[in-house]
Amino acid sequence: MFFTYLRRELRRRRKAALVVASGLALGIALVIVVNSVSSGMGKAQDKVLQSLYGLGTDMTVTKAAESPKSGDAQRPRFRFGARGSDSEEKQSSDRVMVQGFQTLANSTVAEVGAQKGVSDAVGGLSLQVIKISGEFKQGEFKRDQGGGGRTGMPGGAPQGRVEGGGADFDVNNYSVYGTDVTKSALGPLTSSKITSGRTFKTSETNAEVAVVDSAYAKKNKIEVGDTVTIKSVKFKVVGIATADSGDSAADLYVPLQQAQTLADAKNKVTTIYVKATDSQQIDSVKKTIQQNISGTTVTTSADLASTVSGSLSTASGLATNVGKWLSVAVLVAAFLVAGLLTSSAVSRRVREFGTLKALGWKSGRVTRQVIGEAMVNGLVGGALGIALGLAGAYAVTAISPTLQAEIGGGGGGFGGGPGGGGGGFGGPGRGAAKTLEVALTAPVGLTTIGLAVGLAVAGGLVAGGFGGWRASRLRPADALRRVE
Amino acid sequence: MYELRGVTKRYTRGKETVQALDGVDLTIGDGDRLVIQGPTGGGKSTLLQMLGGLDQPTSGSVELDGTDLARLSEARLTKVRGENIGFVFQSFNLIPTLTAQENVETALVPLGVKGKERRERAAEALESVGLGERLGHLPAELSGGQQQRVAIARALVKRPKVLLADEPTGNLDESTRDEIMGVLDTLWKEHGLTFVMVTHDSTIARKAPRLATIRKGKITVKENVTS
Ligand SMILES: Nc1ncnc2c1ncn2[C@@H]1O[C@H](COP(=O)(O)OP(=O)(O)OP(=O)(O)O)[C@@H](O)[C@H]1O
Ligand SMILES: [Mg+2]
Repeated sequence: MFFTYLRRELRRRRKAALVVASGLALGIALVIVVNSVSSGMGKAQDKVLQSLYGLGTDMTVTKAAESPKSGDAQRPRFRFGARGSDSEEKQSSDRVMVQGFQTLANSTVAEVGAQKGVSDAVGGLSLQVIKISGEFKQGEFKRDQGGGGRTGMPGGAPQGRVEGGGADFDVNNYSVYGTDVTKSALGPLTSSKITSGRTFKTSETNAEVAVVDSAYAKKNKIEVGDTVTIKSVKFKVVGIATADSGDSAADLYVPLQQAQTLADAKNKVTTIYVKATDSQQIDSVKKTIQQNISGTTVTTSADLASTVSGSLSTASGLATNVGKWLSVAVLVAAFLVAGLLTSSAVSRRVREFGTLKALGWKSGRVTRQVIGEAMVNGLVGGALGIALGLAGAYAVTAISPTLQAEIGGGGGGFGGGPGGGGGGFGGPGRGAAKTLEVALTAPVGLTTIGLAVGLAVAGGLVAGGFGGWRASRLRPADALRRVE
Repeated sequence: MYELRGVTKRYTRGKETVQALDGVDLTIGDGDRLVIQGPTGGGKSTLLQMLGGLDQPTSGSVELDGTDLARLSEARLTKVRGENIGFVFQSFNLIPTLTAQENVETALVPLGVKGKERRERAAEALESVGLGERLGHLPAELSGGQQQRVAIARALVKRPKVLLADEPTGNLDESTRDEIMGVLDTLWKEHGLTFVMVTHDSTIARKAPRLATIRKGKITVKENVTS
């Protein structure tokens, strides 16, 4: 009788059932969309952070910030010999600087690696290369010193005495990352894929080979097998790497020892990439490192995430806060409405249930009938809601709006002061603020579907609870009531 | 057989108390046919509720075959109702979404009768009230008289000891009323039921062999010599 009665009720009171179901459906759909969008936000944020750190890196260690004593000492210098006025010969000079001008000793890498909770640590050296190339001509009036000279070097105070005349030259600025070729599982290169050629061999610890970022390679028409010259050292290009996020960590990658030689920074690294044994223990590992190794700054991805601003963080804030509260509110409202509608449906059927009780139906059987109806309503609502939610999430993915992520902008404590005096970011080749574009997707996971089904059942139970409670309190004498 | 002693029922709503029944003593023998009449609000339906175990008196005892219904728990009362008592209501009280046959089947659910047997017994009961052709019809597709026949079939399908009817013809026109009374009387005789019926209808009351009148909660019983 249970199923016959249930089927009959649902079929013949379809409209009332649909009202309850669609209320629940709306709430459940909203939960699915909000959930999938926020997991999409999480993915987008991971992508941004990954492009900074590389895969698998839990934190970076850099030298603690100290105020630079004399800026001049660290400014790039260029020396060009002045030529005769008839000289057409091109001259070029590379100035190789350590990114952020702060380095740690090579030995620190091993020290960090030995800390409790650290699974692996690898050092890297980030360099900034400024290449000036062009023609420098002697002036016609020798008395003038630097009269018409266009010395367009950023922040530079050229010491080279240009003996008047004019200069016509280019300034080319690019980043080089010295990577530990023996440990390829950690570090910024892990967030890139080799799209042509190969990556470093573990034996190439001091080889004159380079991997070039695809964007830089395209701009400068570099291919595998070409040679790139940095400070008169010729590096053979063995591979082209494409960054997963479209934003590479550096323009050129060379073996760490080569980078150290180039920058005159023997046995120095700028950044140590750390992988923790347990990703849940990152904060305590951070504390350990900071306590045991003085003069270091440890930046975790959580620290970094807090510096992400722009539309991505706004949207992810919206999704996690407003979205969550909105869906909770809608769900609660849907549950209440479903409960009240079911309860009022029971009130309209007082005589029906009273009659069944008068016929000898146990109170429990009547209650079960009411809960059964509500459960079916809940499940129908769940099915509708899942369909609606999937459609919504699919629409978001199809449109895939782009979000901007600004990293470290607005001085979130990691920006690093102008001139590079600060601790700077873990990632090599990064300016103080960086804007990335990420497409938003809304992936619907099995857990989300599971949650939706759970909510549907819960909705049915809440509705059934209201209705069942009402039904269980009906007296059989109500069957004799005349008015309905 | 019923033995009622000093049955009193008071309804309290807030500060107001209504004395629906006031010390009712009544004996109804097996197979008796008792008609109850009286002015509206006199307590007729309340008495029927006491007889049917739908409610319990404030004081007094309602013995059915030696069991005092006034002292039973709700669960035990439910069992008594399911096994021994058939109800017919003024407004039929059929489940609107169930067919005639399914409505009759609901009375067999508490007895644990299932499946084919339940369907067959329901069909038989409907045939005995002349509705053998309307098994699959919904209440809304039946006339008032036909609906009441379904209700009678539902009351009798479990072969109860007692049939209680509260104004069973109250919502019907005169010719249908006679038809339904005919059905009820036939079945009463066939089944050897104890049959208690409340009515406002003086024609029916006049013909009754035993007539009780309830006024302000007090009962007077008159044996009718003319019939
Ligand atoms: N559940 C209740 N709560 C409060 N008062 C009630 C309740 N049921 C009945 N009464 C009161 O008890 C008295 C008797 O009611 P009852 O329904 O038994 O009368 P009745 O004789 O059946 O009347 P009618 O002919 O109108 O059906 C009435 O005054 C009624 O208002
Ligand atoms: Mg009445």
